[in-house]
Amino acid sequence: MDLNPSADDVAFRDEVRSFVREKLPADISEAMLRQKKLSREQTVRWHKILYARGWGAPSWPVEYGGTGWTATQRLVFDDECAMAGAPRLIPFGHNMVAPVIMKFGNQWQKERFLPKILAMDEWWCQGYSEPGSGSDLASLKMTAVRGHDDQGDHYVVNGQKTWNTLGHFADWIFCLVRTSREAKQQEGISFLLIDMKSPGVTVRPIINMHDVHHVNEIFFDNVRVPAENLVGEENHGWTYAKYLLGHERSGFAQIGFHRRDLQRTKDIAKREMLNGKPLYDDPRFKAKIAQLEIKLQALEIMGLKLIWDQEQGALPGPEASIVKIFSTDLVQAIGELAMEAAGPYAQPYQPEAQYLDYAGEFAGPAYAAGLAATHFDNHKYTIFAGSNEIQRNIISKMILGL
Amino acid sequence: MDFRLTEEQTMLADSLRRYFAKSYTMPLRRAAMSERRGFSAAHWQAFAEMGVLALNVPEAHGGLATGAGNPLDTMVVMKEIGRALAVEPYLMTAVVCANAIALSGNAAQQASLLPGIADGSLIVALAALEHGGRYDLNHVATTAEKSGDGYRLSGRKAVVVHGAQADKLIVSARVNGAVADASGIALFVVDRGASGVRVLDAGTVDGLRAAEITLDAVTSEALLAGGDRGSTVLQHTVDLAGAALCAEAFGIVEALTETTNEYLKTRKQFGVPIGKFQALQHRVADMLVCVEQVRAMSSFAAVKALQDDAAARRKAIAASRTAIADASRFVSKNAVQLHGGMGVTDELIVSHYVKRLTMLNQTYGDYEHHLAQYVELMSA
Repeated sequence: MDLNPSADDVAFRDEVRSFVREKLPADISEAMLRQKKLSREQTVRWHKILYARGWGAPSWPVEYGGTGWTATQRLVFDDECAMAGAPRLIPFGHNMVAPVIMKFGNQWQKERFLPKILAMDEWWCQGYSEPGSGSDLASLKMTAVRGHDDQGDHYVVNGQKTWNTLGHFADWIFCLVRTSREAKQQEGISFLLIDMKSPGVTVRPIINMHDVHHVNEIFFDNVRVPAENLVGEENHGWTYAKYLLGHERSGFAQIGFHRRDLQRTKDIAKREMLNGKPLYDDPRFKAKIAQLEIKLQALEIMGLKLIWDQEQGALPGPEASIVKIFSTDLVQAIGELAMEAAGPYAQPYQPEAQYLDYAGEFAGPAYAAGLAATHFDNHKYTIFAGSNEIQRNIISKMILGL
Repeated sequence: MDFRLTEEQTMLADSLRRYFAKSYTMPLRRAAMSERRGFSAAHWQAFAEMGVLALNVPEAHGGLATGAGNPLDTMVVMKEIGRALAVEPYLMTAVVCANAIALSGNAAQQASLLPGIADGSLIVALAALEHGGRYDLNHVATTAEKSGDGYRLSGRKAVVVHGAQADKLIVSARVNGAVADASGIALFVVDRGASGVRVLDAGTVDGLRAAEITLDAVTSEALLAGGDRGSTVLQHTVDLAGAALCAEAFGIVEALTETTNEYLKTRKQFGVPIGKFQALQHRVADMLVCVEQVRAMSSFAAVKALQDDAAARRKAIAASRTAIADASRFVSKNAVQLHGGMGVTDELIVSHYVKRLTMLNQTYGDYEHHLAQYVELMSA
């Protein structure tokens, strides 16, 4: 047993670190580190910088223009990017729909879609959840009816998707749609790629509890989708959906982001005062930080173990659910402690101060402005990508055999 | 990075698992506890034959350790000891004292003590704690006065596990300085039967033995570590013991969770196995999250116990023991709870696991102790 990184991994970390230090634009890292809003343009710009370096798709095999990195290298890359204040790559294209197209798509689909995902020329979003289908995803109702007209084979899509992340920035959406009601519900689902500019697609914002527009409802009203946009076989979409969820789950540890946020919490505590001394020197507060740092240490080893198992050939399995529960509980605890560190200055809220170009006065220390918003936003982590209760169901069924 | 055990370690774990399955049923465990020394002489001899008593003895003295300690092999053994709830003084003699001697003794002292530990003929216990000092290894009021070629030791040592059953004791005593000073603590070897040694033997709640030992002008000619090194050696020794305790805890939380899961599949209420109830499923799922945390930190502790940098080693052990104490509490409480009334009986192994798990998290430091140490060492 050896938990230390290899010499190659250390060299790789240095390579990533110096690249990110040199190329990550200051306006982007500042927005991330100071908890400001990131624009579509900023996200795309960073992705294109990575693309120019050949790092546009860290998780892809080389044959599709990916890096061919090992799981450990991907972890190191994520870690270094997060610590430096780089945004997380939008996962819906390169980490979610792309693996499905690679494995189940046809040649035309691979050539049409993958290069544009790699170069971030097209922004993707996800159409899974519906108002009546959250944890019980397979009960989804949005219909796609196959037809034929003078323009060829096509589907007509009707229904509604919800909790769609950043769809207002997206060019394309991948959707689970119902194409049959005859067999059991999992066997009547298909996987469809839909152009967001299609007539009949309407995006309506959902405003989060901290006043941010991050997610949407999307309405589909007689949307015509060419049949060539069906991935794999009709009514086999559930298989592809589960394959995609496996990929989504492999990236749950997010060590770099946790480490960045914990460091922010320490830095705030060093600047806040308690009884004339830095809050950081208060033994009780310091112990709270230590408890979280220790949990983060445990998470790092758990995440490395998951990655290592994958490198030995294991598929992302139910063990990822354990990491998801542990990691999302931790991110919430770190965010909450950062907010607690700010004391009364967690309270003032200036919506305009969420933008990096805000030139006005802050009602309190600038570092306090985004803390409450982040804390409230963090509630989503234990809900999305399979709520933590669903993860416990997976653990009890797949691992414990209950 | 490599999470694998070596082939030898896997074989060792398998043979211990088989041995304990056959020889360490609950009735046999009780029988071992009722032997004269509170553990089984036959098991101890079997351990010697399997080579596990030699794991922390340096190669030069017939053992298998190549450096300071052997935490990875020890981890493999301690995990199985945890699962079996073995009451033999493995931790105390083969891990704690073997390392204390290897870290501090001169060549002659090592040659006279370590082969006996390796072959099972010598039981040694560390008498380091004192009343009023909790887990502080530097809290030493026991004195050592120079007398002729040797020293005369006087004082009282607390909770010396297996102290009454040991042939020899390693005693920390102060050659100079004030009660809590780090400097001035020396380590001595004392015959347990020496004149002036008074031993109050008691059982422990988890099936071991522990002694309160009074020293009244006890003569020792064996100075293991002088006043400049005693504290450092003790801390290093206790760090290696800490890694071993992490592995023992891992064995127990894993076994407790398996046992609980099995119970949920067999116990029926309302016409169905109670494992069909989601409230209980989620509780076991959370126990498993704890088990994985303990697995991770047990590996981390063993790997980091190998490093030479004392502060980094201490920080890693403190982190591991804090995390494991926390996770252990959740697993213990819920293992009992999910077994219902049966969980609180003496009949099931559950209560015995819970008692050992609770006590090992109060051995060489508890949650608060290790958290406070971590806070000291945390980087800003």
